[in-house]
Amino acid sequence: MIEVDNITKSFDGKTVLHDVSAVFETGKTNLIIGQSGSGKTVLMKSLVGLVTPEKGRILFDGRDIMTMDSGEKRHLHTEIGMLFQGSALFDSETVLGNVSFPLMMFTDHTKAEIRDRAMFCIERVNLKGAENKYPAEISGGMQKRAAIARAIALNPKYLFCDEPNSGLDPRTSILIDELLSDITHEYNITTVINTHDMNSVLGIGENIIFINKGYREWVGNKEKIFATTNEALNDFVFATDLFQEVKEYILHHGHHAVGSARRDVKKGYRGE
Amino acid sequence: MILTSSIATFGRYCSFMCRAFSLPQKWAVFGRRIMDEIWRLGVGSIPLVIVISLFIGAVIAIQMQLNISSPLIPAYSVGLATRDIVLLEFSNSILCLILAGKVGSNIASEIGTMRVTEQIDALEIMGVNSACYLVLPKVIGFVLFMPVLVLICMGTSLLGGYLVAVFTDIITVSRYVYGLQALFNEWYVWYALIKSLVFAFIIASVASFYGYYVKGGALEVGKASTGGVVSSSILILLFDVILTKLMLQ
Repeated sequence: MIEVDNITKSFDGKTVLHDVSAVFETGKTNLIIGQSGSGKTVLMKSLVGLVTPEKGRILFDGRDIMTMDSGEKRHLHTEIGMLFQGSALFDSETVLGNVSFPLMMFTDHTKAEIRDRAMFCIERVNLKGAENKYPAEISGGMQKRAAIARAIALNPKYLFCDEPNSGLDPRTSILIDELLSDITHEYNITTVINTHDMNSVLGIGENIIFINKGYREWVGNKEKIFATTNEALNDFVFATDLFQEVKEYILHHGHHAVGSARRDVKKGYRGE
Repeated sequence: MILTSSIATFGRYCSFMCRAFSLPQKWAVFGRRIMDEIWRLGVGSIPLVIVISLFIGAVIAIQMQLNISSPLIPAYSVGLATRDIVLLEFSNSILCLILAGKVGSNIASEIGTMRVTEQIDALEIMGVNSACYLVLPKVIGFVLFMPVLVLICMGTSLLGGYLVAVFTDIITVSRYVYGLQALFNEWYVWYALIKSLVFAFIIASVASFYGYYVKGGALEVGKASTGGVVSSSILILLFDVILTKLMLQ
């Protein structure tokens, strides 16, 4: 579990996070949502230690990242996997090289053991056959899956995903969401996903934190979001006519109706 | 204002170097990375060094013959002057200025691209000291291989002059070869090698520094690459003066 306790962060005198508090639960897909420029990326960068807040605490299972020395921080980072918006795969390495990298750096496994573990992760994200390809030779969706395989190679306790669906088509987005959700439950990881993709919010949002203008505006889940009276959240989530109709449909028929429709779509995408 | 910003940049460079010069997290990976960089930055520069040295060596020999031909100056002076120019200045300072363009821009753009595509952030989040992992092997690899490039440059430049003697009639081969051997001071070779080590460090570390702190996108990567080359060239010239004063006087 990750607890964020009243963190504040400013850049050049402009405060972008105001006393934000949140709890990201273990074994759940925790979503940070908000408009562009709302501060959600700064919140995520603060969580992983790329940005240091001016005040507040960030506790990883009780360990405060703000008071850790560089050695402790480095050790914590070996428990963290991260999926970047642009995948951030190493251009000079193949998919196998990328997935093997953390194993090579942080384990004493033999070459064969590293290869076996990397291949297991590659197969887990359905990338078998692409292990010898370079990032430039595979599609955006495959790059995201390769980055997920790299992120889970060391069996992380915490998985962070910065806009995992950006630049992907709806079909691939759903598959990536599904993969992240499955991995979270399968390995009991604390997963934090930064997104403004409403399909993700409605599909895998087990714990949702809405950030607006640097403030934590709302906390809930995908079921509660339809009944919210928070004006900013309503404006953000149900901005399009389509999502307005979805909201009305759900308020009349219940959330399970959309869940079942989404499952049918996913089966269609998988060709089942 | 410029002075303040220069001091601030120098401070950031020193702090960056402290991060880069820390103990590698995995020695086997570090060793492999050094070999990769020696191959990429060092061995990859050999063709350029050979081509440039061969032609410049030939041009120096021709220029010497044209400019110092006088009944008062012995004919073998062409070989002697060609040798001393190559050993004292061309094989180290001028070669390193050329390599600052090739290797420096290569390093700055590679690291800069890694920065803007979040690959460096990915390393940091994995718990890897990105400065040490990326920069230290480049600096050590390039510094280790630089003497080889300097020796190749010396040999090829003198060969260029020799080819002028062989294929033209402006100087005889025997006089050129005699000039190469006349009044030879071994210290000049050591002087060139020592200078080149300092210059290699400047090229690799300054270019890495510029690449590592890129902010923005492709345009900024290009600017960083140019900045790295310009700064390392100026520093090479500055240290050329300082080292010459220290080592030849």
